[in-house]
Amino acid sequence: MSTTTEYSVELKGLVKYFGRRLIFEDLNYKFASGSIYGVSGPNGSGKSTLVKIISNLIAPTRGKVIQLSGNKEIEPEKLHDFTGFVSPYLFLYDEFTAEENLIHFTAIRGDKYNQEKADFLFSELNLLDRKRDPVRGYSSGMKQRLKYIFALIHNPRLLILDEPTSNLDNSGKEKVYSLIADQMKENLVIIASSDNPDLALCSAVLQLENYKKRVPL
Amino acid sequence: MKSTALFWKDWQSELRTRYAINALGMFIIVTISVIMFSIGGEKITNYLTGGLLWIVIFFSAMSGLSRSFVSEEERGTTMTLHLIASPTTIFSGKLIFNLVLVFLMNAVITFLFSILFVSFEIKNYLLFVIAFFLGNTGIAVSSTIIAAIISKANSKGTLYPVLAFPILLPLILTLLELTRSAMDGNPVADSAVEISVLVCYDVIMLTASYLLFDFIWKE
Repeated sequence: MSTTTEYSVELKGLVKYFGRRLIFEDLNYKFASGSIYGVSGPNGSGKSTLVKIISNLIAPTRGKVIQLSGNKEIEPEKLHDFTGFVSPYLFLYDEFTAEENLIHFTAIRGDKYNQEKADFLFSELNLLDRKRDPVRGYSSGMKQRLKYIFALIHNPRLLILDEPTSNLDNSGKEKVYSLIADQMKENLVIIASSDNPDLALCSAVLQLENYKKRVPL
Repeated sequence: MKSTALFWKDWQSELRTRYAINALGMFIIVTISVIMFSIGGEKITNYLTGGLLWIVIFFSAMSGLSRSFVSEEERGTTMTLHLIASPTTIFSGKLIFNLVLVFLMNAVITFLFSILFVSFEIKNYLLFVIAFFLGNTGIAVSSTIIAAIISKANSKGTLYPVLAFPILLPLILTLLELTRSAMDGNPVADSAVEISVLVCYDVIMLTASYLLFDFIWKE
């Protein structure tokens, strides 16, 4: 996947209801590659909901998300090839080793497993010596670091990080911050978090509480 | 290729966790044992044995095939699949897995019936093989889409038989008719209508499943 073209995500009139409960409305925003963006707000403000909509995991009630690579709009069914996603509610297969998980995921994507790249990422995230251990034996911090490898192994253009440092110790957080800074150089990074240290990395922060005006239906 | 990679992931996962194989194996053993104990020394007609075969197959399918999607939901890996593959790839992968499972399961059930029940006597093997092939395909397709629907519900265990019964009933009734003809030794040409019904059922279910899966899969 070429990383020379600009990658952008445009939110156009996005509205999301869960049943009769309004999460946000009239959300218009543009994210473009080369920057780190934050999505912030108090608990229940819809941070996770918004990043799930951007990742095409759930549909908005109204409005549209347009993802462009250069001038070309990406078809929704191909978005997974361009997106890397990390979140505490993402789970990998416990019965497989970390490496087997990646091998299966790469094959399902239709790509060839890049051993060199995988080992580089395992090494960066201090998991190289544990890559052949079943994931069920991993601590929550190790699982969180493994999710970064899962998110980055296919060279995504859009990296979405929901609570990026949850379960990580200080050294893990530093490692992750440096990875995010590396990714920002050519790709688009969106961080959903209410932690100030996470948001300090961002060049712009979208405050979701500003998009919750209307009285629920 | 992507769907076969998903099938291979599921197969390897199944060999390690035995979510579906154990459920199916136990169900087959228990049901056939109960049938044998309840029959005792009585002689049952071959038609009744044919009927019992499809009853065991129907309930075995309900006990094991729902695992394909339910296990992903229970382990929280549904989102992981969303992030790596298109809905078409996911449905195809799960369908291949259920096809393999249903063919293996039904081959075992048919084999056990043929050695345990003297009255299970097939005279037209070709007709039985056609019924077996088309029937298993229909069961696998229907079970896969029903499993996808119920995996999102809270009361999965109750909902599966409730949804499966009306969808699988026309298939099972046609299969009973074909099995009866195969036991009587009737020529294949005499069962052209039933075979056509099975082919139509499989095609309709497959098409409807691919069209609907997008909506079911996305929250």
